[in-house]
Amino acid sequence: MGKTVAEKILKLKSGGDARAGDIVISAVDLVFVQDTTGPLTVREFEKSGLECLVNPQKTVFFLDHAAPSPNRQLSTDHILLRRFAREKGARLYDVGDGVCHQTVAEALAGPGDVVVGADSHTVTAGALGAFATGMGSSDVAVVMGLGKTWFRVPETIRVEVSGRFKEGVSAKDLILHLIGLIGADGATYKALEFGGAAVAGMSMSDRLTIANMAVEAGAKVGLFPADDVTRRYLEAQGRVGDYRPLAADEDAVYEKTISIDAGGLEPTVSRPHTVDNTATARELAGTKIQEVFIGTCTNGRLEDLAVAAGILKGKKHHPDTRLVVAPASRKVLLEAMAAGYIQTLVEAGAALVTPGCGACLGIHQGVLGDGEAALSTANRNFKGRMGNPEAFIYLASPATAAATAINGHITDPREVL
Amino acid sequence: MIKGKAFKFGDNISTDHIAPGRLAHLRSDLPRLAEHVLEDADPTFAARVKAGDFVVAGGNFGLGSSREHAPLIIKMAGVSAVLAKSVARIFFRNAINLGLPVLICDTDKIDDGDELEVDLASGTINDKTNGQKLTFSPIPGVMLAILEAGGLMSYIKKYGGFKMGDA
Ligand code: SF4
Repeated sequence: MGKTVAEKILKLKSGGDARAGDIVISAVDLVFVQDTTGPLTVREFEKSGLECLVNPQKTVFFLDHAAPSPNRQLSTDHILLRRFAREKGARLYDVGDGVCHQTVAEALAGPGDVVVGADSHTVTAGALGAFATGMGSSDVAVVMGLGKTWFRVPETIRVEVSGRFKEGVSAKDLILHLIGLIGADGATYKALEFGGAAVAGMSMSDRLTIANMAVEAGAKVGLFPADDVTRRYLEAQGRVGDYRPLAADEDAVYEKTISIDAGGLEPTVSRPHTVDNTATARELAGTKIQEVFIGTCTNGRLEDLAVAAGILKGKKHHPDTRLVVAPASRKVLLEAMAAGYIQTLVEAGAALVTPGCGACLGIHQGVLGDGEAALSTANRNFKGRMGNPEAFIYLASPATAAATAINGHITDPREVL
Repeated sequence: MIKGKAFKFGDNISTDHIAPGRLAHLRSDLPRLAEHVLEDADPTFAARVKAGDFVVAGGNFGLGSSREHAPLIIKMAGVSAVLAKSVARIFFRNAINLGLPVLICDTDKIDDGDELEVDLASGTINDKTNGQKLTFSPIPGVMLAILEAGGLMSYIKKYGGFKMGDA
């Protein structure tokens, strides 16, 4: 009987058979925290009696959520994390380096790795074929000290994507559509595994967007095969040595298969206050938006800024709609500057903020006012997410975001292309 | 036997409702963060909850972020267990790691304000207000072992690592 991608990785890392439903103890290749979960992790670690990091070079601290810090408490948390990382010999990415998941993809994770992060969007690295999942501070503290953790091997839901995206439609529309279809708990405890002709032709940037949102359907991991696209991506990051091919067996056993025709998708939007509350951009046309936010671990990559710049070139955002842009990483910012995208976006009236999480989680750099509505390229629209429970968040692709910024209300990007 | 009052919540209560990101600056000051527990779902909850009481939710409780602060401040507020129709994966694991029981049962049968008695050993919930008796799904083996040890850190101290035997 064949194996899914999740089963294959956990078999390799646990030394057991690792069939869906088994409990395994797995080695962990990479473990990380960020600045809002890290302080508790450090305190748990120090309390636990675990003294050394098992693998300091693969233990990583990211200061990205409150970067630069907006207040003294978070600045003091940063001091704690810098001190701990220095004392224990761990790696640290400081303010301005960017969102943890983007850096993990660019520099740290590879096919077949087990990655554990104290951040739910750790699933992003599934795009590279890594069994990557979010956990809480206690679990992560234990992984830092022991180099392993326990997993229940998940059942896998296969998502088979055929066809090609129409113009103006992208990976974000696909994942929003899927979550609308199966619901915010449609894959709870499961692995989502993506495959099919459309996936084979999909860029790493698109794959990262899709894997990133697997957790919004409750999934433990969102996995892609490691193929030629993966190899070329790793090569471009200067680490082709991390590449190894990885695919599910032909006769792998799935809990179910969901088939989606990429060519049938429309620009899709999640309405307040749950991600599965989806509609097409066209159905929501006319909904007034006060802030458009382009960025995050979901859609703050070079390709996303390229799409937004392409639509906004020579135009201005609507006077009643502010436009906030946060590149996902320093590397993305540098490349977007070299390509002229930043010039275009700033000329269009964008407020450019530091690479990092920015307005996504409501700490700073774009908090909404009472009664305001935002359209964001992020992954979550829970009540209060962008800092104000009296505000409303719509989620969409970079193309829909750029079109909406121009018109001041939710706009199908095909109207402005 | 645990006794307390039911505080009823709906479906899809996220970790942002429980421990909002805008309060990230209070995460190193947990007693102050706990004053805001579940604020975006019910702003009056923190002031009304008493030691022993239960959070009784609908489906997919605790979805969203991995922040362990969410179950931590529910526990700090005195809540003795979370009852829900279903619970998000990371929240479930975090709660058990902290020694906060999460019990999966048909919460439609419980009303806000009902007096409950929960027997963890026999897996039963007695709603004293409406007389209904409910059962909850058994907690999976490895998690039960962690819960019984008093949480993950105590478990690791006790066994020095993960033991396949009780996994
Ligand atoms: S960008 Fe948003 S979703 Fe991504 S890690 Fe940062 S806060 Fe979390």
